Amino acid sequence: MELFDNLALGFSVALSFQNLFYCFLGVLLGTLIGVLPGLGPIATIAMLLPITFGLPPVSALIMLSGIYYGAQYGGSTTAILINLPGESSSVVTAIDGHQMAKNGRAGAALATAALGSFFAGTVATFLLAVFAPPLADLALQFGPPEYFSLMVLGLVASVTLASGSVVKAIAMIVLGLLLGLSGQDIYTGTPRFTFDLPELSDGFDFVALAMGMFGISEIIRNLEDEHERSLVAAKVKSLMLTKEEFKRIIGPVLRGTALGSFLGILPGGGAMLSSFASYSIEKKISKTPREFGRGAIEGVAGPESANNAGAQTSFIPMLTLGIPSNPVMALMIGALIIQGITPGPNVVTEKPDLFWGVIASMWIGNFMLVLLNLPLIGLWVRLLTVPYHVMFPAIIAFCCIGVYSVNNNTFDVYSMALFGVLGYALVKLDCEPAPLLLGFVIGPMLEEYLRRAMLISRGDPMVFVTRPISAILLMLAVAALVVVLLPSVQKTREEAFKE
Amino acid sequence: MHIIRNPRDVLSGLLFLVLAALFAWQTQELPMGTTVRMGPGFFPLLLAGLLGLLGLIVLVNGLRFPGEMPSGIAWWALGVIVFSVVFFGFAVRPLGFLPALAISVFVSALASRKFHLVTATAITAAMTLFAWAVFIKGLGLPLPLLGPWLGGY
Repeated sequence: MELFDNLALGFSVALSFQNLFYCFLGVLLGTLIGVLPGLGPIATIAMLLPITFGLPPVSALIMLSGIYYGAQYGGSTTAILINLPGESSSVVTAIDGHQMAKNGRAGAALATAALGSFFAGTVATFLLAVFAPPLADLALQFGPPEYFSLMVLGLVASVTLASGSVVKAIAMIVLGLLLGLSGQDIYTGTPRFTFDLPELSDGFDFVALAMGMFGISEIIRNLEDEHERSLVAAKVKSLMLTKEEFKRIIGPVLRGTALGSFLGILPGGGAMLSSFASYSIEKKISKTPREFGRGAIEGVAGPESANNAGAQTSFIPMLTLGIPSNPVMALMIGALIIQGITPGPNVVTEKPDLFWGVIASMWIGNFMLVLLNLPLIGLWVRLLTVPYHVMFPAIIAFCCIGVYSVNNNTFDVYSMALFGVLGYALVKLDCEPAPLLLGFVIGPMLEEYLRRAMLISRGDPMVFVTRPISAILLMLAVAALVVVLLPSVQKTREEAFKE
Repeated sequence: MHIIRNPRDVLSGLLFLVLAALFAWQTQELPMGTTVRMGPGFFPLLLAGLLGLLGLIVLVNGLRFPGEMPSGIAWWALGVIVFSVVFFGFAVRPLGFLPALAISVFVSALASRKFHLVTATAITAAMTLFAWAVFIKGLGLPLPLLGPWLGGY
């Protein structure tokens, strides 16, 4: 069995002392930032990118992915105990999880979240191992037109599944694409958008952009209104589930896992959408929908499984196609590129140790999280008492050191400040910065595939619709756009994201 | 009734239009090439045009449909944070890594309304020590501790 050989290879890589250490470090950091509100995985991964440059690519990716799925765990702990979701994907967990805690079932809610996440993580890792290689094989047959259409579909889909105005989000993507094109043109070496600054000859720095938009601007936004957090943590008694509770969570966990695994693959999907979708489904099919909002254990089990499954399977398009489905994956691609690895279908065959090592580490990491989280809950809750005005200067320090150490270049520090201001302005204008980051990463690839496609078709743009796979991908993109712009859908979308 | 119904949309539309114009103007010096062999200016100009079109749509929507003013901007925090970051960039070479970091951290703490001299000093000391231990000793980043202005090299 090839699959088992591959998994054995993966585990041999992931179980090396060094990689176990970085996996542990990743999930620990992930849990930490998941617990702390006001510090998300995007900003953290951006801050830690420079530190990973010195690591081998496998260790770097193992640690960064640990941060991402670790954050999903950490976010749910605080959501349940003090009704304060550390991550956007845990917002729905807080609804019923905190009610359970008030009813004296905090331990059961935490155990449900941990078990559901672990189960979902295991299944999703397995799905990743089974489906990623054939998908990569398929992608190897893609020519430039198919890649171009696939990226267009990815970008469009990421917009339609996100919240907020669709037109603005598309504009943000286009702006990101333009910023991504800065630097030397790949074919002719002509400098573009460099404003005659020699520092811009390689384009805007990816780390500076990510840290400015997500680190610096986030801090300014959090400082707008600093209210006291009322911290009344629920007491955790027993972590054991009753037999009846155990029976009640089986269905939601299975459904949440399936739903999250599917939504995670879609561009723009991932953890947050999965948890929202799972909650509304559980509420709809429940025989006792009135219990939801009053401490229904299904409302914890479903979303928690779904967000973890979604977080794992969103690695599939990143690892097999080299296309990011959300901003975190865009950062991972950035990390790979900086490590000198071109993300794409070739990674599976050319770097099997990297590919399978990361997959195996995810399962190990999920296992660590269960062991790590339940006994350490007291510590995490105490961490929350660290006030924000103590925390943010430390984040500033990390951002400054991080961005400077990439190239030892002060220009990058200034561009981080500039992107911080731009990011803050855009947020104030209701323009979400996440699509911009996607565009920034995809920009150079999109242009390259467009130019290659036009070269092979001798300048005929019809090539995108006469090649069947490309035509289907573009049709899907158009369909997604049309659907989301329909007035009736727009209304329900607004409601869905308000909930 | 004001002409501007949704200031957020009007402003974002204008911002997109300005940026589109800026990028389009920058592509003027670039060779366009042909559709078969696209030059370096082709795709950027296409995108700049698209951004301008989208900006126009957002702008028109902002004039047609009502919305809210942008909520209160934290000018003080914005100014202080940006200053502390820019200061770090300016000072890291002449003053050296640790002094620049210490001053930046301390200044950034001023951004909070809950600024407290003792806490801020403590954070500054802790972060400086931490940065020295992790980045200089641990990771061995080649950063000069003291710059020429402070007698370093």
